[in-house]
Amino acid sequence: MTDADHSEFVYVTFIRTTPERLWSALTDPEQMKAYWFGMHCESDWTIGSPWRLLFTDGRIADMGEILEADPPKRLAIGWRNEFKPELKAEGQALCVMELEPVDGAVKLIVTHSIRRNPSEFIKAVSGGWPKILSNLKSLLETGEVVLKG
Amino acid sequence: MNDDAVFRALADASRRRLLDRLHARNGQTLAELCEGLNMTRQAVTKHLAILEEANLISTRRRGREKLHFINPVPINDIAERWIGKFERPSLAALSHLKTTLEGENHD
Repeated sequence: MTDADHSEFVYVTFIRTTPERLWSALTDPEQMKAYWFGMHCESDWTIGSPWRLLFTDGRIADMGEILEADPPKRLAIGWRNEFKPELKAEGQALCVMELEPVDGAVKLIVTHSIRRNPSEFIKAVSGGWPKILSNLKSLLETGEVVLKG
Repeated sequence: MNDDAVFRALADASRRRLLDRLHARNGQTLAELCEGLNMTRQAVTKHLAILEEANLISTRRRGREKLHFINPVPINDIAERWIGKFERPSLAALSHLKTTLEGENHD
């Protein structure tokens, strides 16, 4: 993004699955561990509920709250880094996941944005998402992940 | 969505240049992408359509503007297919060495 006060990226992948299975993969801790390099989220995925992303050893990586939840279509998370002071200082980012059925597949659009530019937080998460999405696609389509961590 | 479309889209220097520009600054409008390029607006529009068809860029409307974002996920999928099993750190080191030796000129 080019605005003085906004950083954003939009990542898209097409996965041969159903919106329900993809939603489950995005919200179920055990499935998440398989494609998120052992990390997982904790939440009851209803609006206003707390949300946490945990490292394999249980430390909190990021936390925030569920801003929108419309299964199996749309999920919005208020997302703040917790383990790096300089990233935490940037405040809350917004992560939106949209699931759209297309021709026997699901288009998954992940948008991560923050109200500042430049943003080290956006730079940090933008590197991780492609690997996570490749793994997620592979897991749902073949039952195996390509990258173990 | 399929590898052929990705390779076809990447097999063109102008399209790689457009991806480079989005990589340098994400979320640009058509007008911004055309700036300083020796291409007609129509040609840029056509190249962007091919890149979007291959899922290498995604677009988002904001008011009357259409913003373009680079989408590296298909390239990552292709990389994982062959590179995933090898030692990632040594490849990253090689890639860094190549970038350092060759400078920033990738055209």
